[in-house]
Amino acid sequence: MNLTRRQLLILLPAAAAAWEHVMAGTPENAPNYKSAEHWWGMLVDITKCIGCGSCVRACQLENHVPDGYFRTWVERYVVQDWGFERVHVDSPDGGKNGFPDLGGDAKSFFVPKLCNHCADSPCTQVCPVGATFVSPDGVVLVDPKYCLGCRYCVQACPYGCRFINPGTNTVDKCNLCYHRITKDLTTACCEVCPTGARQLADLKDPADPVHEFLKTHSVQVLKPHLATGAKAFYNGLDGSVR
Amino acid sequence: MTFKNVAHLFRIAAAFAIGFTIFLVVRSLLVPKSFGQYGHYRGAALNEIASRPVSYAGHEVCETCHADVLDVKKQGRHARVACESCHGPLAAHTQDPASVVPAKLDTAKLCVRCHEANHSKPMDFPQVHSAEHSAGLPCNTCHQPHSPRIEAEAKTK
Amino acid sequence: MPVEGFMYPNEIELQWSVLIVLYPFLTGLVAGAFILASLERVFLVEAVKPTYRLALLTALAFLLVAPLPLQLHLGHPERSFEMYLTPHRSSAMAMFGFVYLWYLMAVLVLEIWLDYRKDIVLMMQASSGVKKWIYKAMTLGSTNISPEALRVDSRAGWIITLIGIPSAFLLHGYVGFIFGSVKANPWWSTPLMPVVFLFSAMVSGIAAVLLLYMFVTKYRGLNIDMRCVDTIARYLFYTFLIDFSLEMLDLIHRIYEADESFRSLDFMVHTRLYLSQVVIQIVAGTVIPILLLALTQVFNLNPNTRKRIYGLAGSLTLIGIFAMRWNVVIGGQLFSKSFLGYTTYKVALVAREGLLTSIFLMVLPLGILWVLVKLLPPWTEKDEAGVSTATPA
Repeated sequence: MNLTRRQLLILLPAAAAAWEHVMAGTPENAPNYKSAEHWWGMLVDITKCIGCGSCVRACQLENHVPDGYFRTWVERYVVQDWGFERVHVDSPDGGKNGFPDLGGDAKSFFVPKLCNHCADSPCTQVCPVGATFVSPDGVVLVDPKYCLGCRYCVQACPYGCRFINPGTNTVDKCNLCYHRITKDLTTACCEVCPTGARQLADLKDPADPVHEFLKTHSVQVLKPHLATGAKAFYNGLDGSVR
Repeated sequence: MTFKNVAHLFRIAAAFAIGFTIFLVVRSLLVPKSFGQYGHYRGAALNEIASRPVSYAGHEVCETCHADVLDVKKQGRHARVACESCHGPLAAHTQDPASVVPAKLDTAKLCVRCHEANHSKPMDFPQVHSAEHSAGLPCNTCHQPHSPRIEAEAKTK
Repeated sequence: MPVEGFMYPNEIELQWSVLIVLYPFLTGLVAGAFILASLERVFLVEAVKPTYRLALLTALAFLLVAPLPLQLHLGHPERSFEMYLTPHRSSAMAMFGFVYLWYLMAVLVLEIWLDYRKDIVLMMQASSGVKKWIYKAMTLGSTNISPEALRVDSRAGWIITLIGIPSAFLLHGYVGFIFGSVKANPWWSTPLMPVVFLFSAMVSGIAAVLLLYMFVTKYRGLNIDMRCVDTIARYLFYTFLIDFSLEMLDLIHRIYEADESFRSLDFMVHTRLYLSQVVIQIVAGTVIPILLLALTQVFNLNPNTRKRIYGLAGSLTLIGIFAMRWNVVIGGQLFSKSFLGYTTYKVALVAREGLLTSIFLMVLPLGILWVLVKLLPPWTEKDEAGVSTATPA
């Protein structure tokens, strides 16, 4: 796009002002964000996911995720008829660069995975020192300055969403882009998802579209028998999904 | 049993008591001040995590300067696709639009990431076999990325 | 190919290495050695008296080394003290820090001190230089070794041992709970885990003291007290039967109920875990030692044969219990929590968490034990009065 210098002179301050508005939401800069007013979760719509991997790439860029480790990833399921045991699952490099076409006519779909930010999280239960915890607004966070890297939480997470960051030797995982959602932005993965398969949900906000969605669709959480209080809700989740 | 004969037990008890006291003193010095503020964790961690820098600006900020593009986009099929979904993280650009210029995108590689035909994708999602569909030409030869539907074609469908 | 089938991307690399296998093995030896020692003190099984002090020193040597594999494994060992500063009460690992500390200080160190106090005072008076100062520090300034004071010591020691038995159970049962309480991992999550860990700990500890006693006695050129080793072997046999029954119960239960995880775990045991679980742990490490010990219980064998059997059974037992720890820790990480795939684990040779480190950490307690035996000899001349210094048996 071509801007004249005059247009730039008008727009630059406007951009700066817009950016200030974005930054003003930090807990430090302004009391705009009150954690007690929020209870975060995510809505994942399997029927809309196209396995493009944009979310995986965006998360890596936004959060400086090291190669080979994943704060979020996409799995592809190929289900042969009725046998849930005869299911083929793959996630080439976490789905970061999409998936090769496997052809055939078996039922096949993509499942984005991330930290479920469990309300009764088994991972925070086992942390020996309090380096990982559920924030007052429902986000499971890791304090990299306090974590000893004992890896007990990695063992306790049923969803495989935790890993050790080789750069810091502390545990790392999806933190729901806490540095974004506290500034009135959405998570990086939700921002770039082209089909709206991923949507940030504020369960405490009565105006959030998630409430209407939950009323009108059948949703599930992963591994409900473990009673983790998972807050990543999946629409269109097939029984074969692990 | 006289005190003389149990005195050594008192000595070891005293040794333990001293050790415990030293532990309590060291503990009060070393536990971070904000620990326990909101729960069993360092309260300051919340702000530290929330203050990390942002890489994706979010589509709302783009609209401040690029309203003309938005006008085209919001009428088309990419209305709900965020700007940075294709253009990459551009928070740096919003902070310094003149010097940080986003790279020009190569539609030959960009579009197929979503639109290359794949049996695992939902059937109602627009997808093509790019080799047959465009015969090697970049997608923007025919499609306008911000509003990709070709109206003439659409009328015949 | 490292991964077979599908694993969640973050699961491919194992989190807990061979060092975490070593840790329950070492604490198990501690618990087992202590319970053997307590047999004499509390249950008045006088036959095992020759091993009493050796068992206590063995327990101490291994307990001192036990935190080392943990420290070497941590991403930030310099932050490990946080477990004592801000322990998270819902975390079994955090609470274990206190169980360890309690056991080390309030049970083991206290009991050793009370039992050795008279000898420490005498050795202080008989030595000079640095050694004298070491002993002097250990007396805490009290040189009262009158019969009355020693009776007080004996009584206090008896109480400590009494408290020590449930403490030893807690020490290693807790390690079992650290694994057994993880609902995300079906290989670990079972209420039997603390019990299985405890009984296998007792088995390994008793076997270790048996072997150490036989070795040390031979090394000193003395006759092995057959009544003592026969009694220890008998307790080893009984404990082994309980341990084996518990492990078989877990196995049978899994096979019968065949829940969601069963197919994946079954496949793992038949392939990647076959050598360490079926061959080493079950056959070589449990069934064969039980049969060997049964032979000594059923048939009247001569002392030399019995000693050889005890040596062989004891060694196989230790290997088997180590394999059991390996199968729990490593086995629990080889399969995917999606139940759709498997990964592999290769121990590095020279690395912080490698083979050489493990070997060093297994030998170090023996080195510490050697120092402890020199500093606090388990035997005095009076004990040896009834034992001839004939040629080694």
